[in-house]
Amino acid sequence: MPMPNGPQGERENYLNKEYGAISWLFTTDHKRIALLYLMSITFFFFIGGFFALLIRLELLTPVGDLVQADTYNKLFTMHGMVMVFFFLIPSIPAVLGNFLVPMMIGAKDLAFPRINLLSWYLYIIGGAMMLHCMLTGGVDTGWTFYTPFSTAFTNTKIVEAGLAIFVAGFSSILTGLNFVVTIHRMRAPGMTWSRLPLFIWAHYATSIIQILGTPVIAITIVLVAVERTLHLGIFDPRLGGDPLLFQHLFWFYSHPAVYIMILPSMGVVTEIFACFSRKRIFGYSFVALSSIAIAVFGFLVWAHHMFVAGISVYAALVFSLLSYAVAVPSAVKVFNWTATLYKGSIRYDAPMLYAFGFLGLFTIGGLTGLFLAALGIDVHVTDTYFVVAHFHYIMVGGALMGYLGGLHFWWPKISGRLYPEGWARLAALIVFLGFNLTFFPQFILGYMGMPRRYYQYPQEFQVLNVLSTAGATVLGVGYLLPMIYFLWSMRYGKPAPDNPWNAAGLEWQTSSPPTTFNFEHEPVVTWEAYNYEELDAPHKEEVPVAR
Amino acid sequence: MFDNFPLWPDRASSTAGNVDALYIFLLIVSGLMTLLIFAAVVYFAARYRRRPGVPAEQIEGSIPLELTWSIIPLGVFLVIFAWGAVVYFKSRTPPRDATEVYVVAKQWMWKLEHAEGQREINELHVPVGRDVKLIMTSQDVIHSFYVPAFRMKQDVLPGRYTVEWFRATKPGTYHLFCAEYCGTQHSGMIGSIIVMEPAQYEAWMSGGSTGPLSATGEKIFAELGCVTCHRADSQGRGPSLQGVFGKPVLLEDGRTVTADENYVRESILDPGAKVVNGFKPVMPTFQGLVSEEQLNALVAYVKSLSNAGSGGMKANAAAVAVPNPAPVKGSQVNQ
Repeated sequence: MPMPNGPQGERENYLNKEYGAISWLFTTDHKRIALLYLMSITFFFFIGGFFALLIRLELLTPVGDLVQADTYNKLFTMHGMVMVFFFLIPSIPAVLGNFLVPMMIGAKDLAFPRINLLSWYLYIIGGAMMLHCMLTGGVDTGWTFYTPFSTAFTNTKIVEAGLAIFVAGFSSILTGLNFVVTIHRMRAPGMTWSRLPLFIWAHYATSIIQILGTPVIAITIVLVAVERTLHLGIFDPRLGGDPLLFQHLFWFYSHPAVYIMILPSMGVVTEIFACFSRKRIFGYSFVALSSIAIAVFGFLVWAHHMFVAGISVYAALVFSLLSYAVAVPSAVKVFNWTATLYKGSIRYDAPMLYAFGFLGLFTIGGLTGLFLAALGIDVHVTDTYFVVAHFHYIMVGGALMGYLGGLHFWWPKISGRLYPEGWARLAALIVFLGFNLTFFPQFILGYMGMPRRYYQYPQEFQVLNVLSTAGATVLGVGYLLPMIYFLWSMRYGKPAPDNPWNAAGLEWQTSSPPTTFNFEHEPVVTWEAYNYEELDAPHKEEVPVAR
Repeated sequence: MFDNFPLWPDRASSTAGNVDALYIFLLIVSGLMTLLIFAAVVYFAARYRRRPGVPAEQIEGSIPLELTWSIIPLGVFLVIFAWGAVVYFKSRTPPRDATEVYVVAKQWMWKLEHAEGQREINELHVPVGRDVKLIMTSQDVIHSFYVPAFRMKQDVLPGRYTVEWFRATKPGTYHLFCAEYCGTQHSGMIGSIIVMEPAQYEAWMSGGSTGPLSATGEKIFAELGCVTCHRADSQGRGPSLQGVFGKPVLLEDGRTVTADENYVRESILDPGAKVVNGFKPVMPTFQGLVSEEQLNALVAYVKSLSNAGSGGMKANAAAVAVPNPAPVKGSQVNQ
């Protein structure tokens, strides 16, 4: 793809330093790897989005008329697998995290630059395997792979899809490992833990989950493959196995995986709220520690996906209680962001609009989580569209809004160009409205009793499904717009100044785009994160600049 | 499209009202929380929009505030948790004298058999006002027996029994959905729960039965030769099954288990797993020799030998008098 020339013409930066495919494919520059990830996950996002579009079109009418039942089952399965494993999980960490973690802490690169490149290659290999699997028949189990359906009853490409996720999982583990080591070992002088941007705290918490959780899904995939190919009884009761064991193992990773998606997004909007209200974050240490609390508690709630699966009522009781425990740190974050606005000096640029959108959608997503954690209500709404709506509010409303907000916020730094502000605000609005129109009706559908993964449905559910499909087309437009104007801006956008938002944070003190090693001199940090008071102080033109 | 557009599901079981009450409470609580946060965000965003010469006021944070908005939500959450737990416990504890229906799920149909012997496919007839307990298993993959109007759902697993119960409160026909994805025709694995007035139900029941399920079980018990070891006089090589069901059983290894449906099932399919104290593990397995339906009949028979297995005895006594065998009822096979 065409890369922009350095906007300041001759100034050397990480983009114009070298040209040609080789310089990209063998780069160890965390910023270039971030861009490789950006291109690859965007590709998978549009594949997953295409599947979503077909799903919504099929559900426009109660009868199955657009595709065959088996095709529909493959569509929602592959939509889930592609979006979860090849878009959402890598999205913010692998793109924005890769780009920003070293810069925010004043480092030249991640601790293991070559492992960073390896993680991208693992992602690409996993992605290629997934594409091959989809093109040669796909999978029809749902992204949850429940046994014994997946091990003994379906004749689709379970092992191949599993291996694709297995390989991509190592990419996730290596990224997490790299971040943890980098944050521990590579902070610039004076960048103490209490001065770290909250984006870093969020990524630290995320990395812990990636390192500890991902191996469990890898093991689970291997066990599924072993049972499927060698017929060793692990999950299939006919072979002496236990199908609930699979669900425990699967959700032990896959529930924390939701926090892999949402924690980085929380980190992004924290930076945005601070910058666009010109304030330090209200309750810095509470926001930082709530990320860690979410990561820890997140490992202890997995069986709330299994309240009707056949676990004991006492186990259900414990997991319900722990699920409410994990809701507290999330609520604390929402209150602190809101309080940050108080007495701020607020501007409504596109990143801030996305952050507001995040706040609204995450609040609704989080509150509907309270419904699902309530045992008595979960029995009725689990495995219905209520759950579908809930997790889309968190994973798409929350995580994706944060990702888009972050992409806009740091786009001038990443590309050296400004995106068109008017279009970006319009896109933020369209995404917010389209999202709510798509997914809010699904809460009502769910309480009405429409089960998820239904290819055809009773007549009385049609009106709400039509609304949802209409919303999805609006949402699709909202997602295409940024894709178009970001590409446009790389060639035609105005050159970006080094710090267009006058934002705090070391990443804004280098050139836009930065040079390969980020800083000309190692920065020495003598101030706290979010020192907007000094930045905005009228008597000073500039804060102490490190470079 | 708009002529049939309800926004609230039917409420047709004793549990439904409890679930709805909690749901409405949660709608109010979360509505208020949403309103509070949105109002604050909108107000702050408008009130503190950027104006030249008015800098932001830096605030560190506030421990009392942090504690307030941690502890108050936690308190609210605990109330929701407790309420949800109470509703759940009620809906998960079948009353002792419930009428029993055995459910066998398979790709992609529901097979139901009343303790009295009536068989149905994708339809279940029940009377209004009576407790009905479903004892469910699957022949293949995991399914889930979901009746939205009853606010009732339970996964149906291969290789074991799961149980759910309901008391229908309103006559009518309600959706039965499979709620756990189970393959190609998952969305076609649907049926109806037909709730009838007691008189109508008795009329329906009086037709078509092959005799009570426990009687079928007794026949199988004899045919398979179980009766030679499990003798009524406790002189056999196996333990007597009289009055065993629902009671604690002391095992060889010192553990005690309750003789419930799953224990009886396991003892037939995997007899060595939990051997009764004082007996030798000599019983052969019947895995592969009995179908799910035959297993259900055997369980119903063992149950009928015990007072604890309530429904069975009564059904047995009542239904012996109905000797006219008839074909499967309501066998309108789906798709």
